[in-house]
Amino acid sequence: MNRRSRGLWAAAMFAYAFLYAPLVIVVAYSFNDSRLNAEWMGFTLSWYGKLFHNEKMLIAARNSLLIGLTASAVSTVFGTMAGYAMYRFRMRLLPLLVLAPIAIPEILMGVSLLIFFVLLNISLGMVSIILSHVAFCIGFVAIVVRSRLAGMDEGLTEAARDLGATPWQAFRLVTLPLIMPGVIAGALMAFTLSIDDFVITFFTAGVGSTTLPLQIYTMVKIAVTPEINAVSTLLMMLTLALILIASKLSPGSLRAE
Amino acid sequence: MTTTKSQRLHKWLIGGPPLVYLVVFFAIPVLIMVLASFRNPGEFGGLAPLFAGGDGGGQLDLTTESYARFFSDFLYTELFLKSFAYAAITTAVCLVIAYPLAMLIARSPKKHRDLLVLLVILPFWSNFLIRVYAWMIILGSQSVFVTALNKVLGLFGFAPVSLLYTSFAVIVGLVYVHLPFMVLPLYANLEKHDPALLDAAQDLGANAWRRFWRVTFPLSLPGVYAGAALVFIPALGIFAIPDILGGTEGIMIGNVIKQQFLDARDWPFGSVLSMVLTVMAVGIAGLAAWVARGSRT
Repeated sequence: MNRRSRGLWAAAMFAYAFLYAPLVIVVAYSFNDSRLNAEWMGFTLSWYGKLFHNEKMLIAARNSLLIGLTASAVSTVFGTMAGYAMYRFRMRLLPLLVLAPIAIPEILMGVSLLIFFVLLNISLGMVSIILSHVAFCIGFVAIVVRSRLAGMDEGLTEAARDLGATPWQAFRLVTLPLIMPGVIAGALMAFTLSIDDFVITFFTAGVGSTTLPLQIYTMVKIAVTPEINAVSTLLMMLTLALILIASKLSPGSLRAE
Repeated sequence: MTTTKSQRLHKWLIGGPPLVYLVVFFAIPVLIMVLASFRNPGEFGGLAPLFAGGDGGGQLDLTTESYARFFSDFLYTELFLKSFAYAAITTAVCLVIAYPLAMLIARSPKKHRDLLVLLVILPFWSNFLIRVYAWMIILGSQSVFVTALNKVLGLFGFAPVSLLYTSFAVIVGLVYVHLPFMVLPLYANLEKHDPALLDAAQDLGANAWRRFWRVTFPLSLPGVYAGAALVFIPALGIFAIPDILGGTEGIMIGNVIKQQFLDARDWPFGSVLSMVLTVMAVGIAGLAAWVARGSRT
């Protein structure tokens, strides 16, 4: 190790510290026995206790869960179909429509969906949020499924067809089981994206459809209490668990993005 | 193989439903917004009726008035320039922090690389708002960090500073949220460099500094451009970070778009701002792709 690579190490460690210190601070303060995010006053679990008696927070968590489960289920079906179609057939418009929601500024999608729902008289609430989440999750599922298909042995499906399977049988009995890890990874990714989304939800939510990120936003804007640290910590743990499962099932899917 | 006819049927059976969904819930809303930017604001917010004169016999009521308002009022041009500057500073700071990190990962033993990359992505998967809120704690006036800083400043006779609700806080938040988007393309590029080139440069007498600026950095330019586009474009349109960390000083274009849609309820003008933002973002993405292609030769 020469002096130069030691300098590189120091700069890189600084970057890692920069990435992790804020999150560590949030987790640490969630156990701090003080109303202020300032000095350390001792260990407590009371903020977690308060969290589970906070009516608004519980409703927001329930809404988030409901939206996340529905949106990820629907977008997994559509996303798998889109990924398969993009891999197997020559589609011109589909790849563009799958990738564009990922590429354009998020706020554009939020406000355009707001205009769309209001003009169609679709009241803003759980349904409009779910419809919007599906729209931006399809692309992520499609990309993961497509990359899984690209690594698959094409001969297996052809062999099934040669042995007399209908296209549907070949898909259901051969292709689908093989790409299943990709489909599950895509579903977990969609669920994570839905649970975490703030911008698009912000524009498509209505009265009574507050999600966890919206609730956190309100609390951050109005009154910061350590309950935010506690709910943030729990949310981080949930995301971490889902990501670990997804990466176990489909190594490389995280990077394929 | 199947006949072309049944193959086409399969194509539309499988590709059709997601295509229709994305047309309805993505393409049409965006097109409606494009149209909305040429409409008049409604009496009670939203949009005025598409056909003026009522009774179904009126004529199509389109106007470029909102565009005229945007280009005639310097306030909005200034706001765009300010957002542009914030995004540009963010991109530059991200590059400076990300480069050594990407270089270190690219030069690490192969078996460690995936883990080091995962460590860069992991914070990105925690909730966006939580990552912004964390900086509210760190930069807030009660924070241990800021009180210590002000004590040190006091020793040297400087007045105490407040960091939250300033441009500084907005840029720190922007850098923090977008850093992984700079590290990943840089790493992807640096990983492909042939170490023999550096050895050759060393044999020819180039010192470490010269080796970096004459060999490594020019070769990494496509990665730099890709990372810059991935940081700059989302940073330009963000509204939650200035909303939470910026106070009145740190307002960006995204905040005004949000305000037009939710508070002022002037949808045509909000749509104009969104259109200008999108055209800028797409233009910069195109420019980055064009420059990157030129530098590859």
